[in-house]
Amino acid sequence: MIPLPPLPLALLWVVPALPLAGFVVNGALALAAPRAKRAVSITGVGALVLAFAAAALAVVELAQLHPSAPLVFRYWEWLPVGDLQVALALQLDQLSAVMILVVTGVGALIHVFSVGYMHDDPGYARYFAYLNLFVFFMLTLVLGASFPVMFVGWEGVGLCSYLLIGFWFTEKINADAGKKAFIVNRIGDFGFLVAMLLIFRHTGSLDFGVVFPKASAAFAVGGPVVTAITLFLFLGCTGKSAQIPLYIWLPDAMQGPTPVSALIHAATMVTAGVYLVARCGALFALSPVASATVAGVGALTALFAATIALKQWDIKRVLAYSTVSQLGYMFLGVGTGAYAAGIFHLTTHAFFKALLFLGSGSVIHAMHRAYHATHAHEDAQDMRNMGGLARYMPWTAALMWIATLAIAGIPPLAGFFSKDEILGAAFARGAVRPAWYVFWGMGLAAALLTAFYMTRLMLYTFHGPNRTGDREREQLHEAPPVMTGPLVALGALTVLGGALNIPPLFGGGARLEHWLAPVTDAAFTPAPDASPATEWVLVVSAVLVAAVGMVGAFRLLKPEALAPARLAPPERGLGRLLWKKWYVDELYDAIVVRPVLWLSREVLWKIVDMRLVDGLLVNGTAAASRALGWVGSRLQTGEVGVYVVLFVVGVLAVLGAVVR
Amino acid sequence: MYSQTVLTALLAWPVVAAAAVLLVPERWAKHVALAASLAEFAISVPLWWTFQPAAGMQFVLDLPWIPAWGIRYTVGVDGISLFMVLLTTFLVPLSVLGSYAYITTRERGFYALMLVLTSGMIGVFVSLDLFLFYVMWEVMLIPMYFIIGVWGGERRLYAAIKFFIYTFFGSLLMLVAILVLVALVGQRTGYYSFSYAYLTAHLGGLGPAAFWLFGAFFLAFAIKVPMFPFHTWLPDAHVEAPTAGSVILAGVLLKMGTYGFLRFALPLFPAVALHPAIQAAIVALSLIGIVYGGLVAMVQPDFKKLIAYSSVAHLGFVMLGIWALTLQSVQGALLVMINHGISTGALFFLAGMLYERRHSRLIDAFGGIAKVVPLLAAALTIVSLSAIGLPATNGFVGEFLVLLGAFPTYPRAAIVAAAGVIVAAMYLLPALQRVIYNPLDKHENEKLSDLSPREIAVLVPLLACIVWIGVYPAPILRRMEPAAQHLIQSVRLDAATFTATR
Repeated sequence: MIPLPPLPLALLWVVPALPLAGFVVNGALALAAPRAKRAVSITGVGALVLAFAAAALAVVELAQLHPSAPLVFRYWEWLPVGDLQVALALQLDQLSAVMILVVTGVGALIHVFSVGYMHDDPGYARYFAYLNLFVFFMLTLVLGASFPVMFVGWEGVGLCSYLLIGFWFTEKINADAGKKAFIVNRIGDFGFLVAMLLIFRHTGSLDFGVVFPKASAAFAVGGPVVTAITLFLFLGCTGKSAQIPLYIWLPDAMQGPTPVSALIHAATMVTAGVYLVARCGALFALSPVASATVAGVGALTALFAATIALKQWDIKRVLAYSTVSQLGYMFLGVGTGAYAAGIFHLTTHAFFKALLFLGSGSVIHAMHRAYHATHAHEDAQDMRNMGGLARYMPWTAALMWIATLAIAGIPPLAGFFSKDEILGAAFARGAVRPAWYVFWGMGLAAALLTAFYMTRLMLYTFHGPNRTGDREREQLHEAPPVMTGPLVALGALTVLGGALNIPPLFGGGARLEHWLAPVTDAAFTPAPDASPATEWVLVVSAVLVAAVGMVGAFRLLKPEALAPARLAPPERGLGRLLWKKWYVDELYDAIVVRPVLWLSREVLWKIVDMRLVDGLLVNGTAAASRALGWVGSRLQTGEVGVYVVLFVVGVLAVLGAVVR
Repeated sequence: MYSQTVLTALLAWPVVAAAAVLLVPERWAKHVALAASLAEFAISVPLWWTFQPAAGMQFVLDLPWIPAWGIRYTVGVDGISLFMVLLTTFLVPLSVLGSYAYITTRERGFYALMLVLTSGMIGVFVSLDLFLFYVMWEVMLIPMYFIIGVWGGERRLYAAIKFFIYTFFGSLLMLVAILVLVALVGQRTGYYSFSYAYLTAHLGGLGPAAFWLFGAFFLAFAIKVPMFPFHTWLPDAHVEAPTAGSVILAGVLLKMGTYGFLRFALPLFPAVALHPAIQAAIVALSLIGIVYGGLVAMVQPDFKKLIAYSSVAHLGFVMLGIWALTLQSVQGALLVMINHGISTGALFFLAGMLYERRHSRLIDAFGGIAKVVPLLAAALTIVSLSAIGLPATNGFVGEFLVLLGAFPTYPRAAIVAAAGVIVAAMYLLPALQRVIYNPLDKHENEKLSDLSPREIAVLVPLLACIVWIGVYPAPILRRMEPAAQHLIQSVRLDAATFTATR
């Protein structure tokens, strides 16, 4: 046990408490004084900036101690029942340190952006209340020192996601998307819940500090229990982090305001599953089956989602499928045992994907205002209505190009290093388990598609002729500084973020990897180091693939031939299949949603409940006793003769019974 | 002084107050009833602090009533009944306040019945004499019959009679079982007594009779819970009852069934209750309740019916927790009982408030009203989240403890029950969406008024409990633990001995 360190680490609770306070204040304002926008902005942004400062202080302190075990702070007893002792406790270690910096840092930038983006929205106060509440739950998720406390954050962020996806709730499509996100996530949460039941049954605790050190003694390597635990946990991840088969909610989640998509559905919440696997590395390391499942599902999702992104027209949908795909990379990383690489990609992805989403927000903002000014009812998010926007919004265009190069994996931007780490680790693992060669190949193929669809997005949005409309064109212009400022900051992080973890191959010190070592060492799965020659081949081939994807997009796509959405011809063949997202939503609807509804309404309610239980059993019994009463009443005829006959019969029956 | 008289005061005061309500002018009735029920709550509050968790049965008063038949007036509470008493005294003033606008006819009668009902409910939870318990069980039945039958909706008579006959059928069986039990124990020990303490201490092996006696108790309590397939009186009763009736029905009356299992059916017939076949049957019925109740709730067009079926699901968790008989599961079950009273009570209040505004209980009569009534929408959202067991609300801690405790005893059943969390989201979120979200497309909904101060006063205590129990349930859990521990040990021990001696 490490003795309690001095301030300010003991004040760790301040980090989540600040956004919680922001929620309380903004929530009250939303109900009482929704027009007090200045107070709302100061509270909402201020809470995040202060939380970032507090988190930074805590991390600096942690860096000086660099403890080998997490620092745990217990606040109060939450569920004390017999041998179950769950405290409301937070813990800080190197992994949660990275997470709180990303959450509060990127979160603060997105809060600032929102001040501009949401400025004219009547639900301004409610928006910031929800956003602050989200950050509180996200911090609880990554700081929680036990599974149940983490679960509070886990479901809490799902709630905020639900509220923010359906933020503009008077459109049914938005409310539907929020509900879908919540219910699909609940399926994943069921997995998390069952995993907790198993963990408590077999280790007698739910505290990270007890479960993980005990794991290798409590579970046999590859045993059924630990495999069940990790697979159930991963079911939770497929919900929260939008992996096959539960990814279907994330594209719909784009119905929410765009900064929400950037913060929750790209940079932070959806990476919670990656964090969970990294956090539970000690468990996953004991189950080769589960690790292979994580890596395999990740690689498959990376490739599958990238194919759908090829044919989407809605700029945010492209980015949504891109996020699903990039999350797949992260799972490929952590499933390979390369936790540092997975967390590294999580961090760089937070930078460049937040930049892409906010950039698309800036575009949509401009498009929306243009259409609003001319009272046109066109789709402000359809790329077929854009084109040539670089002329009107040079900052946005330039910054989004940086992010595009980063996500495509062009050196020396952040995404290049992190993606390369993951693919390299997967390839190295192939030497031990050949399945990983397949995963690596899928990852590489996905990288090709990524470079292609991102270049497509940029070409159709910012280049070629403009298709917005003749009158609307005059209304298009760059976003205000409050929105471009955060873009510039994220752009800088996208350029420089790779420096966090430059591998020795390029003469770097792999700093993030060393920083995370105390956390990841427990789950270390030794993989043979590839020779520098092999590594160089891998790096060069990855960059080549990215270049091919981008050049291919430039050569194949013709932005000048594109028609506005209204006039566009319908898709055919494979294009239609991809545009319709492989018809997966329709499939789920046909084999899950409709049958369950039909069974519940037509069978369980109308037949079992109304006819069988209530009709036959309950009212049937009542009818039977009424019938019996009727028979009895018929005997009361008032004729003495009948009574005498009945009397004699009765006496004989009684006598007969007694005598025998 | 307080410790001996408090329970009797809680029993007697509402009856006295009911007489007062009948005497005052009609327009004062509700205010008098509110004051009386607040006083009742005030009397009960010190129980929270003076209760000694480790001291077993306390606040006991034991007086002869009908000595010739071995019937005594014995009342007391332990860590199990304490919270049922507090839940009752907490919900009654809110129900009275929540009825101010709803009840417009024969107010004196209504509020007097509410108070008599309070006495009956408290009596059920504090009785430690089986005859007294039976009397209280019937006392509580009659006011509720009238509350549904007189102040209810269109099909109120059908619902009231169904409720009455169903419950009465069960309770008569229970009366027979009580008499037989007393006779059996009396024959063997030579002392005829209805005393709970005496009966549990001198049970001995009841032989095959135990099975039939347990069956009678089981029916009485299973109807009340209600367990599938004895549940169909509940949707009718809930839909037709006035708001306060629904709140009390869901909040307190259903708990009498599960309380009966904990207090009587398990300790009196442990060997039967823990017989593998019985266990399997009860666990199966609990799971059917959780999944079936949830799925049927999902397709209800009537908001109150939806809540009624959701009660079947929640009470399924309670039954599973009781029968798993581990410390976590039993305490979890007790917490779910409390939480269901709070959350479902709040849901019925909100359904009533919606009804008062639109005179419709149909979910599709609403839509998009979060724009018009933001406070009501916020309250409905928080309460719904609590009902679907979102962590950091009360709903989570109870169900989580049940699952955690049930898993070692019934692993597969616990996993099926855990799937209930998905079903819960499937029935409440779509309903929430159709009420407060979606387009505001009905003209009548455009001018709805938001919560009045009186309605806020009704909801705020419930919302506070939702957050409090979700974040810091430890004070409640600590007060329950010794009683739950004692129950589990004695039932397991008795079951082992009786099974061995048979």
